[in-house]
Amino acid sequence: MTGKPRRVVVTSPRTAAARRPRHSLTREIDEQTRLGEVYMRSLVRTQFRLALFVCTLLACLVGGLPLLFLLVPDLRSAQLLGLPLPWVVLAGLIYPAFIAGAWLYVWQAERNERDFADLVERQ
Amino acid sequence: MSIAAVVVVVLAAILIGAFGIRMSRTTSDFYVASRTVSPLWNASAIGGEYLSAASFLGIAGLLITYGADMLWLPVGWTGGYLVLLVLVSAPLRRSGAYTLPDFAEARLESMAVRRASSVLVVLIGWFYLMPQFQSAGLVFRTVTGAPEWAGGLVVAGVVAANVLSGGMRSITFVQAFQYWLKLTALAVPLVFMLLAWRSDGFPGLPPGDPWALPLHGREHPLYETYSLILATFLGTMGLPHVLVRFYTNPDGRAARRTTVVVLTLLGAFYLMPAIYGYLGRVYGLPATDTVVLTLPGRLVGGMGGDLLTALITAGAFAAFLSTSSGLTVSVAGVIAQDILRGGVRSFRVATILAVVVPFALAGTARSLPVATVVGLAFAVAASSFCPLLVLGIWWRRLTTVGAMSGLLLGGGLACTAVLATITGGPDTGWMGALLSQPAAWTVPISFAVMVVVSLLTPSRVPPGVARTMVRLHTPERLNVDRGDWRPRSL
Repeated sequence: MTGKPRRVVVTSPRTAAARRPRHSLTREIDEQTRLGEVYMRSLVRTQFRLALFVCTLLACLVGGLPLLFLLVPDLRSAQLLGLPLPWVVLAGLIYPAFIAGAWLYVWQAERNERDFADLVERQ
Repeated sequence: MSIAAVVVVVLAAILIGAFGIRMSRTTSDFYVASRTVSPLWNASAIGGEYLSAASFLGIAGLLITYGADMLWLPVGWTGGYLVLLVLVSAPLRRSGAYTLPDFAEARLESMAVRRASSVLVVLIGWFYLMPQFQSAGLVFRTVTGAPEWAGGLVVAGVVAANVLSGGMRSITFVQAFQYWLKLTALAVPLVFMLLAWRSDGFPGLPPGDPWALPLHGREHPLYETYSLILATFLGTMGLPHVLVRFYTNPDGRAARRTTVVVLTLLGAFYLMPAIYGYLGRVYGLPATDTVVLTLPGRLVGGMGGDLLTALITAGAFAAFLSTSSGLTVSVAGVIAQDILRGGVRSFRVATILAVVVPFALAGTARSLPVATVVGLAFAVAASSFCPLLVLGIWWRRLTTVGAMSGLLLGGGLACTAVLATITGGPDTGWMGALLSQPAAWTVPISFAVMVVVSLLTPSRVPPGVARTMVRLHTPERLNVDRGDWRPRSL
């Protein structure tokens, strides 16, 4: 212990490297490493699940109606506001339902993509 | 007066088309409108192109014949865009393909699959064009008394001239104009007819008439309803003239948004044919494709009736011209690229081929309701391109051999059924139902064959599938390597 200890800079020269990993996620994706593939598969799976969800709803609605008319014959001749029920549904209400479903899908699909892009760019 | 309406529409189509001539200097301008089309224009153009004679005239006629089950036709033709939106729209735009054969080549990296797709595109296009020409003949005869081939000839001639001179740029504007014309042409007469219906004291169907009830009026209503649903909901994504329009969106996100606008425009339009059908039945009009034309004369009558009939005739010709133009561009593009040598000169020869063959078919095939034949084209698309697109976009293990087998078997079976039906196959019994509504069996066969054969040939997975998946699914904002595939003629 001779005299005052010398001041030393303690910041590591490796800080810059630590802040930015050598392989960014976009590069992992480009080089098709295992990590990159995991990310890609998760994106495709998320979007596919969403698509499958909308298609299942649609199939239940569209596939269910003829079945409903078959199994509950009273519905075929039922009236709604003085109009035949099958006509009110098939020539009217089903169109706004499609449009609503489409907007909900677009909203969620764009959110999925935003989340994925944020995740990839943050790293 | 209706003759004047036809002349005005035809002249307008030619004039609007002429604006595009100076835009089309290079080959790529002929195929896509340089991607400078705004979303509402683009959506209107898709709507204008999609609403064919089958929607404008055919639905009402079939409704009067078969009753409420036919309401599924417009529902399916709209709902098909929801399925397209959810499963196909953004990835398809991101693939960079502007024809179905392009997509097949980009995804499966195989020229054989590309060629099979080209043949199917041409067949679907011809099956779709044929009833347009037939119904143009029918309307033209109703209006002028000319022989039936004359109307088809007018439409075929104008379309060929327009496509030859302007390419797709002009077509985009023509198509957008046609959507709004068609909407007006059905909506304005409808208002007057509803007023006439009110002043008649709202006459309804005779009590006990089973016509308005679903699952009624055909031999195998449940099978035919489900088959129709499958064909229309899944067939929309495989129509060549619809797909080409997605390329004019700047990116995948815009492609999705355009699809939602299309869905809205179609929903608004398809509210009307059902009312036409209902009124036609109430007033006891004969069940033909011309019922939409004769209805205003019957309900309104006099000078007003004549004016409204002229407006509807204009709309009908807009429908023939727009759908035929769109189909002709796509079919000609595929013939020029994949069968001839490519370039502007081949495109011209291909345009003539694309129009002449269905025109000849229209003269020889038997005359079926237009919506029935268009429904058959949907069935072929649903049993060939729907599985190709859906499996291609979402399933990595799809192989070249699998895709090829599915296309050939599914598409081949559906085409056979269509040919049998239009040349006069059995109309009755189970055989008639299976052939006239083939989708319920050909779509599952096509999907099953693609999946099973792909699983049996795992070594034939295209080598670049991982890169293609990146290209199809990553948002544009990310700077990643999407591969260097480009459509051939750009």
